[in-house]
Amino acid sequence: MTDAALPARPHRKARRMRQTALVYLFLVPGMMVFGAFILWPLVASEWYSLLDWSGFDANPVFVGLANYRELLGDSYFWDAFRRSFIFMLATVPAQMAISLVLAVMLNDKLLKLSSLYRTLIFLPVVTPVAVIGIVMTLMLSPFNGPVNMALLDWGLTQRTIDFLGSPRLVLWTLAVIYIWKWVGVTMVYWLAALQTVPAELFEAARLDGVTGRQVTMYIVLPMIAPFAVVIALISAISAMNVFPLVQAMTQGGPFYSSEVMEVYIFRTAFASAAGTVPRLGYASAAGVFFGLSIMVLTVFQILALRQARRQGGDQ
Amino acid sequence: MTTASRTPMRRRRPSLLSPRRRRLVVSILLAALCAAWIYPMLWMVSASLKTNAAIFADPGLIPSEPTIENYFRAWTEARIGAYFFNTLFVTIGSVIIVTVAAAMMGYVLGRRQFPGRGLIFGLLVFTLFVPQGYTIIPVLGLLSAVGLGQSLWGVMLATCGGSFVIFVMLFAGYFNQMPDELEEAARMDGVGMVKTFWFVMLPLSQPIIVTVIVMQTLYAWNDFLLPLVVTLANPAIRTLSVGVYAFKGENFVDWGGMTAASTISILPVVILFLFLQRYFIAGLAGAVKG
Repeated sequence: MTDAALPARPHRKARRMRQTALVYLFLVPGMMVFGAFILWPLVASEWYSLLDWSGFDANPVFVGLANYRELLGDSYFWDAFRRSFIFMLATVPAQMAISLVLAVMLNDKLLKLSSLYRTLIFLPVVTPVAVIGIVMTLMLSPFNGPVNMALLDWGLTQRTIDFLGSPRLVLWTLAVIYIWKWVGVTMVYWLAALQTVPAELFEAARLDGVTGRQVTMYIVLPMIAPFAVVIALISAISAMNVFPLVQAMTQGGPFYSSEVMEVYIFRTAFASAAGTVPRLGYASAAGVFFGLSIMVLTVFQILALRQARRQGGDQ
Repeated sequence: MTTASRTPMRRRRPSLLSPRRRRLVVSILLAALCAAWIYPMLWMVSASLKTNAAIFADPGLIPSEPTIENYFRAWTEARIGAYFFNTLFVTIGSVIIVTVAAAMMGYVLGRRQFPGRGLIFGLLVFTLFVPQGYTIIPVLGLLSAVGLGQSLWGVMLATCGGSFVIFVMLFAGYFNQMPDELEEAARMDGVGMVKTFWFVMLPLSQPIIVTVIVMQTLYAWNDFLLPLVVTLANPAIRTLSVGVYAFKGENFVDWGGMTAASTISILPVVILFLFLQRYFIAGLAGAVKG
């Protein structure tokens, strides 16, 4: 690093070599984790997607782009593809808005019990999806479930609503549950962003007689706007990983009406419930295709935001 | 929102609500919201203390005849006890590996110049934007190839990959903004890189360490897809998530046992978060600033 600043010594070169070797040694454990479980899977997926392969103990056969060709004509694939995007569009904006309002409210250091509120809102985040699957199935049950009982009692509905059993409602029900589960994380991101607003700004604004709402609208929000980009990206990518929730609640049903991309991949790759042969290559092709679509989307998002920011900077 | 009203200074424009009143209104709103927010969990704990017959018959939150029999049944018959320790093994193991590996990697990335640094950074950022759920097949293939395809060690190792890149970035950013004088002084005293890292830099990065521990614990404790596929053929090594999920499939009328198992499985992470939440948010904020 700054070895040059030290007086020259006879062993300097040897020392330097040892230093560099040590630097690489420090990278070894991290690169092993990164290489094995993050980088390798990305590369291997592409290769797998070119194979006809019915399980890890079976012999793979190279089939070229046949999987992709079949994929493009598979209506289940396109339905799942569409659902994943609908799900993302339905959850991310709501999640961002709700969590921002909560974070702004809870950022007030004089508010009593604010750390208790934070913890309570964070509770669903730390609850495993399998548990949420059980609790929500019970809560939303059309047979004496508390939610339906309450809706009936208040006269909001005449008949019980089968939130998870109706093909028309199930995806939206899952979206609401998803938002409920993950708003806590987004709130913590916003809270962290809010910590970066310097206290002097509030001071100055107050001396000028600006109200709390004006401070929020004209000072705080513009200052944390850059973070919104990152938070939106993280939330959007997370919203693509809904497998646990969907699998725990509906397993893609009823009649595939909540089968999002990951569930589709899981079903084609592993599930033998329908007695079908596992198709690792075909599932990989679906994964690669979808992953690429998301990456293209992400790059577009980043470019658009850069453009917006550049224009904003000109003002 | 209300920080502007921290001092008793009077506002120049008349307002509908005084700062204190507004804070009270916000408090009431939040309290009501939080009550509704965690109602499902309260309901779950309440159901776990009722007999199966009473769960739907006795709709009140406080059980009229509380029983802890569900917990015994869940712990022994449903083997939630065994799954609990499986999950503990996976969680603790992956937290240790991830924290040490990410700190070491973040340290050299944040503070050293070496050939290949840019390339590694580029790769890290690139993978950050690729969704992970689609890579389960190669991960499983790799584990099978090294003989860990149906083992708890395999689950533990693969769980390390979850948010690893974010952790490395957090450490790199944090170490990068530390003043150079610290290392300078250590070098003058003849302290080597390993010792400097271990005794000087690592203790100073405590906020990031706490953040990483909390995030990885949450991830490992909640992880579902990977343990599900690895344990498909071997129920003995199920983790809590998978165990609770399987319990629902196998005993679909034993709601008491299910809610008891659920309560057991969320308790440790809730307690952990309660104790560490302040450091967690502070650590994230520090990372954002850096």
